[in-house]
Amino acid sequence: MYAQMIKSEATQEDTEKLAAFQARIDAGQKIEPKDWMPEGYRKTLIRQIGQHAHSEIVGQLPEGNWITRAPSLERKANLLAKVQDEAGHGLYLYCAAETLGVSRDELTEMLLDGRMKYSSIFNYPTLTWADMGAVGWLVDGAAIMNQVPLQRTSYGPYARAMVRICKEESFHQRQGYHLLMHMMKGTKEQRRMCQDAMNRMWYPALMMFGPSDKDSVHSEQSMRWKIKMNTNDELRQKFVDETVPQAKYLGLEIPDENLRWNDERGHYDFSEPDWSEFFDVIKGNGPCNVDRIAARQKAWDDGAWVREAMLAHADKKAARRAAGELKNVA
Amino acid sequence: MSSDPHLVEFFLRQGDNALVLGHRLSEWCGMGPALEEDIALTNTALDLIGQSKLWLAHAAEIEGADRSADDLAFLRDAYDFRNVLLLEVPNADYGRTMLREFFFDAFQLPWLKALTDSTDDRVAEVAAKSAKEAAYHLERSAETVIALGDGTDESHAKMMAALDYLWPYVGEMMVDDDVDHAMAEAGVAPLPSAMRPAWDDTVNATFREAQLPRPDTKFAHAGGRNGFRHTEHLGHMLAQMQVLQRSHPGATW
Repeated sequence: MYAQMIKSEATQEDTEKLAAFQARIDAGQKIEPKDWMPEGYRKTLIRQIGQHAHSEIVGQLPEGNWITRAPSLERKANLLAKVQDEAGHGLYLYCAAETLGVSRDELTEMLLDGRMKYSSIFNYPTLTWADMGAVGWLVDGAAIMNQVPLQRTSYGPYARAMVRICKEESFHQRQGYHLLMHMMKGTKEQRRMCQDAMNRMWYPALMMFGPSDKDSVHSEQSMRWKIKMNTNDELRQKFVDETVPQAKYLGLEIPDENLRWNDERGHYDFSEPDWSEFFDVIKGNGPCNVDRIAARQKAWDDGAWVREAMLAHADKKAARRAAGELKNVA
Repeated sequence: MSSDPHLVEFFLRQGDNALVLGHRLSEWCGMGPALEEDIALTNTALDLIGQSKLWLAHAAEIEGADRSADDLAFLRDAYDFRNVLLLEVPNADYGRTMLREFFFDAFQLPWLKALTDSTDDRVAEVAAKSAKEAAYHLERSAETVIALGDGTDESHAKMMAALDYLWPYVGEMMVDDDVDHAMAEAGVAPLPSAMRPAWDDTVNATFREAQLPRPDTKFAHAGGRNGFRHTEHLGHMLAQMQVLQRSHPGATW
């Protein structure tokens, strides 16, 4: 539906301007905030960057869930730093979205009232410490797959934000993998936690690439605009191909009886995730949707008096300074 | 190395203060009133967890009982913790969290600066690293207390409530006991009471700008620094913090 809307708006734009815009993109030039851009391009980017920012912020919650239970001082510090990085990513992305004319507060309100989405993966719970490894390895791993190509995306501020984000994400992925490696060398219970995390996270991680290309509504125009660089299915296949040997090395079983190497294709064959579950989660029926939004809403509401007080203090300070300067002049 | 119980106690007090406050601040991660606050608060928590690792590693080494910093953090019961009570009480709202942070920072900065002259090289070294961090913590917590005290009627009222709650806990930081006297005689550390003038100056100056009155009561709860009587809150914190280490004895993570 949204894609159709974009199309009908785009056709009303001046055709010459549109052609010139497309030519710049085809030539690999970056679009910057002050440049002319079709309304559809702006809207699609706001949606995509906003969703990405929200995913970072909501994504703090499942990992934040274990900060107070981290089992060593070093793990606690690592996890704190990781969740803090996510807040930082949220901040760069909200700033990138602001260059398109939408404020962070507006975007936050759209997240809270359900007009904007975040990645469905964060609607799954983190139930054991091994989930901190699995989230890093699989979830950040899938995120990197999605994000590395976006470093070359056509919108300058977004592309530049992604360069920094990707560096940190790949560090998180390695950290997650090492956490699991350590636990897999540990006790029977620790190995069980790891396999349990794998069983729960595998399909939700595959879903992170979005529905199959044939069912994806936003793809075609976004690819032409270089907002999206690869198709969902391409990225999903790349993720599976890279992850299977890593799982083997860890000694973890991937919960898919159809998983096998296909010589002819040069790729692994694998089972599709249950897309009806995916659409349920998107509609709000995931295991944690209600809790996640409630937690963000609570932080937003509880913080209102602090944000108001800080603005009020800044105004008072400015007024006092101005009054002081007037007095000095008099 | 021969174990010096007073010195072990001294290191535990430094390490537990950093650990318990770091843990409390880490509870805010992802829940802050704005992204910038969230990030800054997590930074402070990270600094404190890092400091606690250094202090506790020395405590474990001097103790000589074959325990690690992690053993001390994750396998001691509440009565073996040596942090001041101020740091273990719950965060409540952002105002109380930041006022508590400020009270501690206002003590900690002159304290760590003084410890850089310690006759014990380990103390001087950890203090030198930590003092730089504490200077930033104090700058930020004082600014926040001023903004929230001065901001709106609502924020002022919340800061007054936080002040009422926290004030009876601040005195414990600056009361001397046998351990402190032993440390002072050995030149390891000054007496905590010697920090009082600096602490008063910082608090008075900040409160003036924050439009907050200084309470006239001098009553001070005690029992954290010597472990005699912690608050009920510490046990809950430890139950959560220690759950994995306690449930899986001998496992490493």
